Order: sequence, then C-alpha cells, then structure tokens
Amino acid sequence: MISPRYHREIPQRYRLEAGKCKGCGYVSFPPRLVCPECGKNDFDLFKLDNEGKLLTYTIIRVGSDKFVGKTPFAVGIVELKDGVKLTTQIADVNLDELKIGQQVKLVFRKIQDEGKSGLHCYGYKAILI
Amino acid sequence: MREVAVIGTGMTQFGELWGKSIKDIFVEAASGAIKNAGVEHIDSMYVGSMSSGLFVGQEHLGAILADYLGQNPIPSTRVESACASGGAAFRAAYFEVASGASDIVLAGGVEKMTDGADVTDSLATAADQEYEVYQGVTFPGLYAMIANSHMHEYGTTREQLAAIAVKNHKNGANNPNAQFRKPVSLEQVMNSTLVADPLRLLDCSPVSDGGAAVILCSMDVAKKFTDTIVKVKATAQASDTIALHTRKSFTTLNSVTTAAEKAYKMADVTPKDINFAEVHDCFTIAEAVVYEDLGFCEKGCGGPAAEEGRTALEGETPLNTSGGLKSKGHPVGATGIAQIIELHEQLTGQAGKRQVKNANIGLAQNMGGSGASCVINILEAK
Repeated sequence: MISPRYHREIPQRYRLEAGKCKGCGYVSFPPRLVCPECGKNDFDLFKLDNEGKLLTYTIIRVGSDKFVGKTPFAVGIVELKDGVKLTTQIADVNLDELKIGQQVKLVFRKIQDEGKSGLHCYGYKAILI
Repeated sequence: MREVAVIGTGMTQFGELWGKSIKDIFVEAASGAIKNAGVEHIDSMYVGSMSSGLFVGQEHLGAILADYLGQNPIPSTRVESACASGGAAFRAAYFEVASGASDIVLAGGVEKMTDGADVTDSLATAADQEYEVYQGVTFPGLYAMIANSHMHEYGTTREQLAAIAVKNHKNGANNPNAQFRKPVSLEQVMNSTLVADPLRLLDCSPVSDGGAAVILCSMDVAKKFTDTIVKVKATAQASDTIALHTRKSFTTLNSVTTAAEKAYKMADVTPKDINFAEVHDCFTIAEAVVYEDLGFCEKGCGGPAAEEGRTALEGETPLNTSGGLKSKGHPVGATGIAQIIELHEQLTGQAGKRQVKNANIGLAQNMGGSGASCVINILEAK
C-alpha cells in the first residue's frame, strides 16, 4: 500500500476505530462521512471489540505479486461483537481445521511490505480463540 | 423515449492475441460492426474498458480508439464499471439514441490483458483496495467465500458447480469466437488445480484479450438497414456495497435482484418470458447465484438447476449459450458487449449449433466486482 494512504488509515488499522452514527446507531468500519442507513453525517468514534466469529472463508492458493511466497494463506469474513464485518487473514491456523462459525479474535500483525520503499504495513489478522 | 434497435455486431476472436494491440483489437471489432450494420457513419461512440491504464498503460481510450477507427471528430467516451463496463457502455449508447440526441451510436468494449501486467492485482482493483485487497484477497478468493457461504446455507455441492463449467465449455465448443473451443469433463473440473478453496482453475474465467462492438439506432433508422430487427426492450443498472463483507447476505447479490426487477418492469415481462440468458459467470458460483437472483428459481436451486440440465442449451432456460465468460473468454471490458452479440445472434437465428429454439426474448446480465454493480439488458426479436 502506498505510504500516505497507509499512514492516513493507522487509526483504523492499529486501533480498530469505527464510527457509530448519532442518528441511527449504525456502526461503520472503516469510519465514513455519510451513514449508508439514515444519511446523517454525525458519528462518534469508538474502539471495536476485537472478538467475533468467522462467517465465511477461503484459502488463497494463487495470490497477487504482493503476496508471492505467502501462499497458501486463509482469508475470511469476520463479524465482530459490535456487528461490524470485515475481511481479514486468519493466522496461526491449520488450514484444514477452518470452519464457518468458529470464534476468533483480531490481533496486531504485519500484513505486507510496500513495494518500492519496503515499508512494513501492519494491521489486524484473526486467530482462533 | 424513442425505441432503440441493435442492427449490427462485430467481435474479434477471444483469447491470447499476442500479435495485436488494444487498438488493433478494438478497431477490428468496431469496423466489423459498422460493416455488418451497413451504416455509412456513426454519430458517437462509447467504449467499455475496465483497466486499460493498468493492463497496457493507456488511458484516454475514447479518443485514441476513435482516432484509429477513423472517426474523428465524433464524440467518443470510455465507460468504466469494472467487469460491467461493456454493459454500461451499451446502456450509455442506448440513452443517447433513445433521447433523440443521436440516431446511430456504436457501443464497444475492449481489454488487452496479456501485455505483462499483474492481472490478479489489476482485477482486484474492482474490490475495496484498502479493506479487502490489502489483506491479500483476490477475485477468485471473494467468489470462493460466496461459494463457501452458498454451500453452507443451501447445500450446494462441488459437483453442481463443476456442472456449470462443463455446460459452458460444451456450449463454447460450438462458438467460433470462443477462447476454449473444447468440452471438459466433470472429472477434469473437479481435479483441476485449487485457486481459492473451493474454487478450482476450471471454475474460473480465463485471462483474455478481445474486443466487441454493436451498432444501436432508432427504430425508424433500423428499418432502412435491416428486416431482422432486434429491439432493446429494457436496460437497468444497480449498485451494491463495494466490499462483500459489508453486505447482509453473501449469497444474494442485491445489485442483480434490483436491476432485474427494474428491467422486468421496463420490459413488462416476468422471468418466465425470458427464453435464454447470457449471465456473468466469471466463476461457476456466480452463474448459480445470478440464476437465482434473476428470479429463474428460488434461492438455493442454482446448483441443482445446472446439474439437472435446466440451464443447458435444450433446457428450460438456456444460460450462456455462447460458452459464457468461462469458455468464450473474459476480456473484461468487452464481455458485456459480447453478451449482447450472443443475444443478437440467437434472436436473428444465426447461432448455428448453439441456436436456442423459439428464441424471442433474451437477457444479458453483466456485473462488476463481487456484484457491486450490475447492468441488465433485455432484447427482443421484432
């Protein structure tokens, strides 16, 4: 990921900050400027609970050039306790043991290196509880 | 709005066209359409292309393609809606004719994917870069997650998904423009290399070069050029969240259900009136889900329908008689236009061994990303 973009998103990636709509309570991760449910644009920032469950997943066997040497790895959609859903890698897991519905929590990990500068890019990955 | 007809078509062979540039490919398709329609001029043109900037480093595609097609100074605009770019270009051309602003408009699409770009990474730009692709997910990966959910919720099987690839290859074997003109067996699909579990190589549409173009005109003008008129009965488009994970369901594509509802209303038809359809089978699971979301059957029957032959050429609703993206190839921006060309061939009785009996109304469903955009066009033989 290009460095300025990456830096801009550190609050979400490092601290799991989401926006809760003051109008209807919709929780948006990442934070947005307009609520997709009620159209209002007034949000409270808050930190997400890092526990949730695995809704679906796959094992990436063929990745893009950025992930050469990393395959195979698991990616899934996790629903956190606040109702937020996000796409994340699932780390430290035997790929054959993955199942829909498993309880997971998000942990802080390195995700990739930025191509030209080699900048380490961090964020969340899920691990089984 | 005025009634609009499709009066001419042209396309290149789909496949690995190493010797041809994006300009060569488009000009071959567009010249073919102009010649096929028999028109002496066009008033304007729209070109669907997903990512010529990433694939070949060329933007400003409208201008460069009008130039090489010898059409200066007519207006020429590139239309982008990821994999639905072709369908969106057709829709833009439709409105220009329907509004009365122009009489004869070319709608084309082109993609050159084999010039060395990282295709997996380029295609992934149709998803949310920051919150999906950042984590390493690919397009096969996104549709694999849809497949896993569909299997979990409805009991869809691996064999049922494989049956979709087998059917589309069987159809594509009879399409002279298809990239893969050969049948595959269920065993070949089931034993092909895993790409993103549970999807295997033969569940995936290929990397392709290709171009396609059609000529649209008002009904009055159409009657001067041809007796076999194909009318545009409806066009509709809808959007959904860019990220798959934001959706309430991963097994229903809201952009498809919404666009379908609008298209059926505009055409004043129900799914039962559709004789055949070209749908966006970028992956086998996509065809199963779209078949359901177009209202051809209840949710969960997309897999069984393919396995039981209901979507085969001789079935109740033939799907992807062209071979679909799977067998015909998927030069992304050209796909939506190539679907229209298959509809035109079927509705004018020119599909040869792929001909659907009593083909009167056909539907083309073209979508972008994991379903964040969807364009549906319905055509009718007049």
